[in-house]
Amino acid sequence: MALRPRRSEFLERRSYRQRRMRDAGRILPVFALVFCLLPLIWPRQGGADGLTSTGLMYLFGLWIVLIVLAAALSRVLRDDETRTNGDADKDRLR
Amino acid sequence: MISFNLLVVIALAYVAFLFLVAFAAERRAAQGRQAWLRSPLIYTLSLSIYCTAWTFYGAVGYAARSGLEYLTIYLGPTIVMVGWWWLLRKLVRIGRAQRITSIADLISSRFGKSTLLGVIVTLLAVVGTTPYIALQLQSVTLSVAVFAEGSGTRWGQADLARAALWVAAGLAVFTVIFGTRTLDANERHHGVVMAIAVEAVVKLCALLAVGIYVVWGLAGGIGATLERIDASTVALWTPAPGRWVGLILVSAAALITLPRMFQVMVVENDDERNLGTASWAFPLYLLAMSLFVVPIAVVGLDLMPEGSNPDLFVLTLPLAQGRQDVAVLAFLGGFSSATSMVIVATIALATMVSNHIVVPLWLSARQQGATMTGDVRYVVLVARRLSIAGILALGYVYYRLSGGSAALAAIGLIAFVGVAQVLPSLVAGLYWRGANRIGAAAGILTGLVIWLWTMFLPSFGEGAVIPAHVFAEGPFGLAWLRPHALFGIDGIDPLVHALYWSLLLNTLVLTIGSILTFPTPLERLQGAQFVNVFEHSADKAAWTRSDARAEDLLMMAQRIIGATEAQELFRSEAARQGKGGYLPDVTVDFIGRLERQLAGSVGAATAHAMVGQLTEGASVSVEDLIAVADEAAQIMEYSLKLEQKSAEQERTATALREANEKLTAISIQKDAFLSQISHELRTPMTSIRSFSEILRDGEVDPEARGRFATIIHDEANRLTRLLDDLLDLSVLEHGQVTLNRERGTLEAVLDRAEAAVGPAVKLVIRRRRSAEQVPLETDLDRLAQVFINIIANAAKYCRAEQPELRIVVNSRADRPVTVDFIDNGDGIEADSQKIIFEKFARLGDTRKAGGAGLGLAISRQVMEALGGAITYLPGQGGAAFRVVLPEAARLAAE
Repeated sequence: MALRPRRSEFLERRSYRQRRMRDAGRILPVFALVFCLLPLIWPRQGGADGLTSTGLMYLFGLWIVLIVLAAALSRVLRDDETRTNGDADKDRLR
Repeated sequence: MISFNLLVVIALAYVAFLFLVAFAAERRAAQGRQAWLRSPLIYTLSLSIYCTAWTFYGAVGYAARSGLEYLTIYLGPTIVMVGWWWLLRKLVRIGRAQRITSIADLISSRFGKSTLLGVIVTLLAVVGTTPYIALQLQSVTLSVAVFAEGSGTRWGQADLARAALWVAAGLAVFTVIFGTRTLDANERHHGVVMAIAVEAVVKLCALLAVGIYVVWGLAGGIGATLERIDASTVALWTPAPGRWVGLILVSAAALITLPRMFQVMVVENDDERNLGTASWAFPLYLLAMSLFVVPIAVVGLDLMPEGSNPDLFVLTLPLAQGRQDVAVLAFLGGFSSATSMVIVATIALATMVSNHIVVPLWLSARQQGATMTGDVRYVVLVARRLSIAGILALGYVYYRLSGGSAALAAIGLIAFVGVAQVLPSLVAGLYWRGANRIGAAAGILTGLVIWLWTMFLPSFGEGAVIPAHVFAEGPFGLAWLRPHALFGIDGIDPLVHALYWSLLLNTLVLTIGSILTFPTPLERLQGAQFVNVFEHSADKAAWTRSDARAEDLLMMAQRIIGATEAQELFRSEAARQGKGGYLPDVTVDFIGRLERQLAGSVGAATAHAMVGQLTEGASVSVEDLIAVADEAAQIMEYSLKLEQKSAEQERTATALREANEKLTAISIQKDAFLSQISHELRTPMTSIRSFSEILRDGEVDPEARGRFATIIHDEANRLTRLLDDLLDLSVLEHGQVTLNRERGTLEAVLDRAEAAVGPAVKLVIRRRRSAEQVPLETDLDRLAQVFINIIANAAKYCRAEQPELRIVVNSRADRPVTVDFIDNGDGIEADSQKIIFEKFARLGDTRKAGGAGLGLAISRQVMEALGGAITYLPGQGGAAFRVVLPEAARLAAE
């Protein structure tokens, strides 16, 4: 009897985390889009300022960050999905 | 300088290599070793057909002309991929749950399996993809021309056109061979997917090689390259906001709506989890592909003579520097990008054209009974092959008409905006249950017309299709309809103009149309299933209980998905219902499942129409709708457990009922047999007794005595045979039989059986010896006995004018070997099919048969003793028996 509440708390935490990870999966493209549009509001200076090379480095840097985040998320979400079927039943019963 | 002929040899050798790769992959798949072919790596690489020759050559040209804007084309897809959890996952799940065959099928299926929408989307896809295919032909011919020029011959228009024609023809051959190779039209194209995965690696390596050579070989390292960029003409980067946003949007849309992307991402998807890996691996691929684009463009602008075509820098830059090895690699990379795109695009389009245009036309042309006669699969395959040729021909025509002169990037964008017109209906269909058929059709048509008017037709050049004065003043003097200034708003960039107006009005019409009109029940049903796909993937179909006979459905299914698959489907369904054999009860559930299976071959709309012809209950009642709509979901969930229990009871009851029927029939048969067997025993006994009495009394002349003795002998023989059979059966039934295992081939056993029945009977036996080379290890005598029984039965009972027996052997690696014996007679009534394997069961006129009705009963016992089975196979026209050889009987193929 003493074991039960502790176990269920553990499960709760875990499924809570899963849901937040799914939220992250949904919000990631939104941030990705906003950051892709960011160069549009950069201040434009005339003259010989190398905007192309700056832009190049910004966009590729952003790209790499997105890839890393997506890789991390896909790992979490994939583990999640293999368990989902079992969990969904529990959620429904609750 | 590398000679032109050598280049052609290299290209041909590369094509031959691709053939080998595709062939090897098909073989592996056929042997059931698919694990590797379904890996996330192959999936990601196959997605890379997004990067066509447009990327390979055009991106550099694009960067040379408009700076960093080329990146939008790859940022859009990246955003969609990292957001896979939201959209792509749902799309792939729906694609698998509904067995979607193409993007046209998805739209048609979502909006009530509408044929009209299927046709509209197919036409849109064909028109939208044509410029794209033309672009690939153009880039390959241009790159070949570069080498031809290097070896001293300057190519004119005619040479270019001829080369384009050859490339188009070669691609058509490859695609027909590997894209429509198997008769199973819905099977995944493992060969093609493997080949494009290899091509993906080649093009990436080629572009990286050129990039590395340019950065470290020509520019002198990363720092120096960045300095060069800042010093060059593209140094100043001021993105035009309209184009920047629009291009990200349209390229994101293209990743989903391009027919070829939909094909590899959704249709060829083997495992949903691959999407998770692709979500970061594919953006990584895109990043690698675009990494060196700006350096190549900048160094090219620096080093190449004024006026050289920047679209070809990837090729001409190393060539001009004397690095022929790099140039040849670059050529192969460009060649790979172009060919892989064309192959997949034509397969995807051919599927759409055959499923949504040709097959519906063919069905309506044949009207009544179209589902029962003719081979649908053959029609589908021929339609696909012709479509492949037709689509490539269209691409070639566009290439000739557009003069092959426009910049690559411009052509690619025309295609992107065209296919993006599907996006509003697709997204609405996935997330908004209220979106309906009328809204979708009107929206897509609106977008299509605006796109044609403002972008596609003008792409041929001013004065080519649309006269120059229309550009200036509008058609019929209506200034607000000018192709580049709709509604009188002038001065917008033509691309942005076409993109925003077409998508905006498309979405607007879709929304208004959906809000104001009312959907049909089937649309509402499909809408609920698409939008809530994760809640109930296992769905119910929209059929009222109908009178369709299982045998008719089986005959139709065999014509579409092939005999083996159809029989397997019906058998497993019958087993699920707790019945034996191949004919399940025709339930709403079963019809739904059958329809989805057929949809995998011919598309949802056609499958629906074909099943509808047979079930005649095409209407959906309101009660059906309520039963499946989610209003009832809670009630259904509550009663789920009850249902499960009652389903189980029902299965048991069905089994019991069947057993009872069988028992009753057998007991009647047994009573009949007792009189039969006494009769069988008494008739010979009587004649033996009377003739032997005559002989005993003597006074018979020698000639008659001989005759009488022969009669006695024959009758005694008959008795012996009957008793032998009875004994044999009893031994088999009690499992006391000893098997005498030997090795031999199936062919030899069939030969023996055929010889034993003898040439005297007028039955014609048709066999395919090539299929019979199956090595066996089992009791060959017993097996031959079974075959003899079946053949002899066919000889006795087949009532056709010219009796004919087909013996069909089916030996696939992953299944037990089956031997089907199909005659062209009347077949056996469904009621009788259940009892023919029982002892003493004889149908109809028993006199003629001359046996005691033990043959099939013995055969069944023999097959059970051997570990195999014999069953009656319905739906083949005549009587048909299937012998399933035991798994252990087949020797390993090696």
